[in-house]
Amino acid sequence: MNPMNYIYLSCILFSLGAAGVLLRRNAIVVFMCIELMLNAANLAFVTFSRMNGALDGQIVAFFTMVVAACEVVVGLAIIVTIYRSRRSASVDDARLLRL
Amino acid sequence: MSLGTSSTLVYLIAIPLFSSAFLLLAGRALDRIGHLIGTAASASSFIVALFELNKMLGRDGESRGVTQHLFTWINVGSFQVDATLLLDQLSICFVLLITGVGTLIHIYSISYMSHDIDRRRFFAFLNLFIAAMLLLVLGNSYLNLYVGWEGVGLASYLLIGFWNQKPTYATAAKKAFVANRVGDVGLSLAVMIAFVQFGSVTFEGVAKGIEAGSASSTALNAMGAAILLAAVGKSAQFPLQAWLGDAMAGPTPVSALIHAATMVTAGVYLISRSHFVFDNAPTAQLLVVIVGAITLLFGAVIGMAKDDIKKALAASTMSQIGYMILATGLGPAGYAFAMMHLLTHGFFKAGMFLGAGSVMHGMNDEVDMRKYGALRKVMPITFATFGLGYLAIIGVPPFAGFYSKDKIIETAFNAGGSKGIILGCITLLGAVITAFYMTRVMLMTFFGTKRWDSAAHPHESPWLMTIPMILLSIGSITTGFIFSNGDRLKNFLAPVVDQHHHEHEAELLAPMVVSGLALLAVAIGISIAIAKYGRKTIPASAPTDVTIWTKIARRDLLQDDFNENVFMRPGQSITRVLAYLDKRVVDGAVSGVGAMTLRLAGDLRKTQTGYVRSYALLILLGTVAVLTAILVVTL
Repeated sequence: MNPMNYIYLSCILFSLGAAGVLLRRNAIVVFMCIELMLNAANLAFVTFSRMNGALDGQIVAFFTMVVAACEVVVGLAIIVTIYRSRRSASVDDARLLRL
Repeated sequence: MSLGTSSTLVYLIAIPLFSSAFLLLAGRALDRIGHLIGTAASASSFIVALFELNKMLGRDGESRGVTQHLFTWINVGSFQVDATLLLDQLSICFVLLITGVGTLIHIYSISYMSHDIDRRRFFAFLNLFIAAMLLLVLGNSYLNLYVGWEGVGLASYLLIGFWNQKPTYATAAKKAFVANRVGDVGLSLAVMIAFVQFGSVTFEGVAKGIEAGSASSTALNAMGAAILLAAVGKSAQFPLQAWLGDAMAGPTPVSALIHAATMVTAGVYLISRSHFVFDNAPTAQLLVVIVGAITLLFGAVIGMAKDDIKKALAASTMSQIGYMILATGLGPAGYAFAMMHLLTHGFFKAGMFLGAGSVMHGMNDEVDMRKYGALRKVMPITFATFGLGYLAIIGVPPFAGFYSKDKIIETAFNAGGSKGIILGCITLLGAVITAFYMTRVMLMTFFGTKRWDSAAHPHESPWLMTIPMILLSIGSITTGFIFSNGDRLKNFLAPVVDQHHHEHEAELLAPMVVSGLALLAVAIGISIAIAKYGRKTIPASAPTDVTIWTKIARRDLLQDDFNENVFMRPGQSITRVLAYLDKRVVDGAVSGVGAMTLRLAGDLRKTQTGYVRSYALLILLGTVAVLTAILVVTL
């Protein structure tokens, strides 16, 4: 199979993720969309690795997963804390840091 | 001229300099003995100077100068300035005058300032002045001289404003300082011209450069004019003369030392020292003569109208220095006579100032001569010493001023052509006026009827004050004869200032005729003064129904009005315009930039909505924009 198809898939996934981040209000969903974008990037890395016959991209994919896991820990903690204090997980409600 | 070296010159300057620093830093602990330390420092310096004189006289005329290299001051590429001291026949005259008269005035001040709580500070400043003045006359280059030049300016400022708790005295000090700065511009210009033209700022280097013909006559005239400007500022000559009268705000010993005997004559020294410039710059030399002639009449006219004894003496100093400057402008013939008049003047004018101080001391610091009168009986020593100084200054033989002033008048007449006749007549007229105003001072102070305030109890001053006065008056009697007998001083100075051995020019008038004319002038001056002030009683307050000319003379020939209207007020207007421009244009631009940034920031911060999603959108757009840019550039 042509490896370019994986790249196309990666682009579609990334765009879906980005659209989700921009359009959805629920923080959990936004979070999942971010994960989607990260995985799209992972897919691209692995594909390029395959295409170039080098292992660098695969290693970076592992790094990305580790970072994503850490991010999930911190991010979920923040979301839970915000939900506890405001009784809402909407990102639009938490807008105190503004003019 | 080959110069030897000496390792002791530095002590001349170092002793008073360290004493000054010590007195200032030691603080109140030294209040009880500070004046003794100061006097001892000055006296030690005088003793060193006597040793130097003794050594100098042991050598031949041509090799009498000695130098001492202290350290390399500036060393930049091919330009090198050494801090080197030079003691030759010209400097030693000054060194002896400064330390000798200086020591006498230190002794006088012990008593004169005994009631002042700041006496220690006063002596520290006096020592500072002695050190700076010695550096001025001992420097071997214009740059070394400059250091001393500024040093005496500082000491003069500090001492004029010594009683600066009085605002008018502080103003007088500032006035002297500002007028001196104008002159200093001239000296710095002269240093720059010397450096550009000759690549050297030492007297020797400049003299050699001129001899080699490496400068155009325009450059030499410019340098001469710049030196003259410096001399005019320091020596209170026309047109920078206005500060000297106000400088009398300082304690009287200061007036005697700085503003009569030494510092104000630094201009004469500078011109004599730069004789190699003026000998080759006829235009600048003519300017020197003109300045001297104007000032000698200017000062004399002011002297006629002053009722304040110190201001009358100050005007007289201005006029006498005018004589000296005039003499220096007359070329090789004049330098020695200028120096002779400078030395004799140092004695008799310092003596008269000390006499004036003694009178003020006995009269509760009253300076108005209209409040004096008939003091000769209560202050016999002051009267005698002041009287001897008086006879010396007006030029009665055999007192000092007769010899020195006579020579200047003679040289002026022999300057040649109509110039000689005009200058001769001016110097003679000056002699008439000098005799008039000095007789007036004598009559108003020591003769006539008592016009004292009821609170005044005049008495003779203590011996610490009278002894310096007596010694100075001995100087006013003898110095003239000693110096002029067999042209002693002229021959002594000849190797320094008269290297070209000019042939004797044809004499217009024989010396005897000149002496006769000068004596006639003195007699006329004295008789007018006696007719006006000796025969009539002197009103206790200055008469107001006087001619416009008297009024002008009382206002110092409108010198302050002139400076105020020509320089001060236009200067203030320019300052106001500049201040306005600064406020509106410069400040406007600066605050405009600030206001613009503020407004821009106000607009920009509206993008901070607080919506996470809009931030995310901006991040996305930014990333896309950057990636697009990279693609566009690389493809």
